[in-house]
Amino acid sequence: MKLLVPVKRVVDYNVKVRVKSDGSGVETANVKMSMNPFDEIAVEEAVRLKEKGIATEIIAVSIGPAACAEQIRTALAMGADRGILVEQDGVVEPLTVAKLLKAIIAKESPGLVIMGKQAIDDDMNATGQMLAALMGWSQGTFASKLTIEGDRATVIREIDGGLETVSLSLPAIITADLRLNEPRYASLPNIMKARKKPIETLKPADLGVDPTPRLTVLKVEEPPKRQAGRKVASVAELVDKLRNEAKVI
Amino acid sequence: MDPAGPEDLKLLAQGVRSFVEAELQPHEALVERLDAVPDELFREIQRKALAAGFYALNMPEEHGGGGLTSPERAVAEIEFGRVSRALGVICNRPAPILKACVGDQIETYLRPTIRGERWECFALTEPGAGSDARAIITKAVGDGDDYIINGTKQFITLAMRADYIITFAVTGVEDTPRGPRKRITAFLVDKGTPGITVTPLDVLSNRGMKSCIISFDDVRVPGRNILGAEGGGFAIAKTWIFSGRVMLAANCVGLAERAMGIAAQWANTRVAFGKPIGQFQGTSFKLADMATEIHATRLMVFDAAAKMQDGTITQREASQVNLFGSEMVGRVTDNALQILGGMGVTKDLPLERFWRDARVERIWEGTSEIHRDIISKDVLREFSA
Ligand SMILES: Cc1cc2nc3c(=O)[nH]c(=O)nc-3n(C[C@H](O)[C@H](O)[C@H](O)COP(=O)(O)OP(=O)(O)OC[C@H]3O[C@@H](n4cnc5c(N)ncnc54)[C@H](O)[C@@H]3O)c2cc1C
Repeated sequence: MKLLVPVKRVVDYNVKVRVKSDGSGVETANVKMSMNPFDEIAVEEAVRLKEKGIATEIIAVSIGPAACAEQIRTALAMGADRGILVEQDGVVEPLTVAKLLKAIIAKESPGLVIMGKQAIDDDMNATGQMLAALMGWSQGTFASKLTIEGDRATVIREIDGGLETVSLSLPAIITADLRLNEPRYASLPNIMKARKKPIETLKPADLGVDPTPRLTVLKVEEPPKRQAGRKVASVAELVDKLRNEAKVI
Repeated sequence: MDPAGPEDLKLLAQGVRSFVEAELQPHEALVERLDAVPDELFREIQRKALAAGFYALNMPEEHGGGGLTSPERAVAEIEFGRVSRALGVICNRPAPILKACVGDQIETYLRPTIRGERWECFALTEPGAGSDARAIITKAVGDGDDYIINGTKQFITLAMRADYIITFAVTGVEDTPRGPRKRITAFLVDKGTPGITVTPLDVLSNRGMKSCIISFDDVRVPGRNILGAEGGGFAIAKTWIFSGRVMLAANCVGLAERAMGIAAQWANTRVAFGKPIGQFQGTSFKLADMATEIHATRLMVFDAAAKMQDGTITQREASQVNLFGSEMVGRVTDNALQILGGMGVTKDLPLERFWRDARVERIWEGTSEIHRDIISKDVLREFSA
C-alpha cells in the first residue's frame, strides 16, 4: 500500500512571530521555517507503517514556494521514499490544497493519506476533512492511535471529554493529533540517503487546479499586550483584587 | 537562526542540531555541577547517538562509520560546538589516527571504537613537552616481541573514560644530516595493562570532560600494537593534524553563535535608562562585530574543509583557521558576557561557562603563538629573496 503524506512549510514553532507592518500577515522573511509539527507526526506514523510492512512506499507532498523542498527533504530523511513539490507562491487555501491533493491521489492511488490535523500557522484544521469530502473517503481525524488490519483502519480519536474509537474502510484520510507518536530524529544514514531521493516538481496547472484564493484576509493584528503581573501580600488581598479590580469572581 | 552552511548540507546541520538540542543540551547544567557525566546518562546518550548514526561520523563507512566528507564533518562540528564538550564528545568522533589501524588492530581497536564498545584517548603531551612535542621523553624499550613503556603523559582528555591509550613514545635515536633525532612511535596500549595509573586534573574549561595525567611504569606492550611503523609516529599523526585544527574552528563557530544568540536576546529585552540596551551603540556594535567575525570564521572553515577534502590544504591555512576561530570565540564569549552584565557572571546562565570553555581553544590544538609562528614563517618564506 502506498501512503501519501502532505507536509507544510510553516514558521518554526520556536519563533516569536511578528505581524507585518501593513497588517497583511505574519513576517516570514529571515525567519526560521520548519515542517508543521503535526505533519512530522504524520510522517513518523507513515514510516512506522512501512517498518511494520503495512506500507510499501511513502510519498511526501508539499504545496507552496520552491523552498518547500526543504520540508520534503526532511520527510525523506525521516524515511519517506520520494517527494512531490507543487510550486505555488503566495497564499494557498485549504480548499486549493485539498483539490491539489485530490489530483495527486488520482495520479498515485495511495491506500491511505496521513496528514497533520492542522497547520500551526493558520490553524485552519480543514484540509483533511475537505479532502475526505472531495474524495468521498472515510476520515479519522484527531487520531491518537492508528491500527491497520486488512482493508480497515481503527482510529482512536481525541475528542472533547474523552477518546472515541472508529473503524474505517480504506482508502481513508487520517489526521494526526499530538499524541499519535513522538517523531524520530532523521538518522545520519537517512539524511545522507535523503539527498539522493527524487523530488518531482509540478505546478497547480499541471494538476488542473486553479490556485487563485477565494478568501481575502482583511487584517492581521497582534494580540493586546499583557500587563505585567503583580505580587500580593495575602490571600485576602488576592481575593479582594480579583473581585473588585479584575471583577472575575 | 537557521543552521546555515552550504545549501545541500542544511539537512545534515538540522539533523545534528535537533539531536544536540533534544538529547545533549538539557543535561548541561547537571554535568557542570557534578563535573562529570553520570555513567547511566553517558550510556543512554551513547545508545541514542549510535541508533541515530551520530557516532563515529568521521570514520570510514567500510568500518561502520558515518563516512562524512570534510565539509560535511565541518557542518556537523559547528552543531556539536553548540553543546558543552563533555556531552558532545559522547557522540565520539574517534581520533582519525586510528584509520592507520591494520590487520588485527582493525577488529581489536578501530571497529569496536566505531561501534561504541571501546574508547580511545590520545596521549602525546608530557609535563616537559607540549608545544615542543619532539621533546617527549616517554620511552619504549624493545624486549623480545614486546616493548616496555616508562614515562608520564599530561592533559590527556577522556583518559578516565578510555580503555586504551594511543601513546607516543621514544623508541630510539637516529642520525640525520641535521644531527641526532628521536625515533617516535605510536602504540595502542590497553589501559588495563599493569603499570598504568590515571589521575584526573581539575581544569577551568569543559567541566565534566576531565583531562588526566597518565603514568606508565614498566608497561609491557606487544610489538603488534604499534600503530603505523616503528619510528613513524609523527608521520602518521601529521597526516591528520589538519583535521583537528579545522574542526576546532568549526566548534568555535557553534559556541560563538550560541553565545551571540543569548546576548542578542538579552539586548532586545533588558531595559536600562528607559530603553532596551540593544538600542545603545555600545551594545549593538558588539553584536555587529560578533556576527561579522562568526561569518568570517564560517567561511574560513568551509574553505579549509573543502581543501582538506581535495588534499590541498596547507599547514598555514590550517593554522590560520584554528588561530582565527579560537581567538574569535574568545572575543565573542567575552563580549556576550559583557552584554549580560552581572547576570553574565552568574551560574544561572550559561555565559560564564561559554567564556571559560572558550579559553582552552587558544591552547589545546596548538597555542595561538605556535600558530602565529607557523603562519609568519610561511609568509616570510613566501617573500624571501
Ligand atoms: C584541557 C586540555 C586538554 C588537552 N588534551 C590533550 C590530549 O588529549 N592529548 C594530548 O596529547 N595533549 C592534550 N593537551 C595538551 C595540549 O596539546 C598542550 O597543552 C599544548 O600543545 C600546549 O603545550 P603546553 O601546555 O605544554 O604549553 P607550552 O608548550 O609549555 O607553552 C607555554 C607557553 O609558551 C608559548 N610558547 C611555546 N613555544 C613557543 C614558541 N616557539 N614561540 C612562541 N611561544 C611559544 C606557548 O604559546 C604558551 O603560551 C591538552 C591540553 C589541555 C589544556
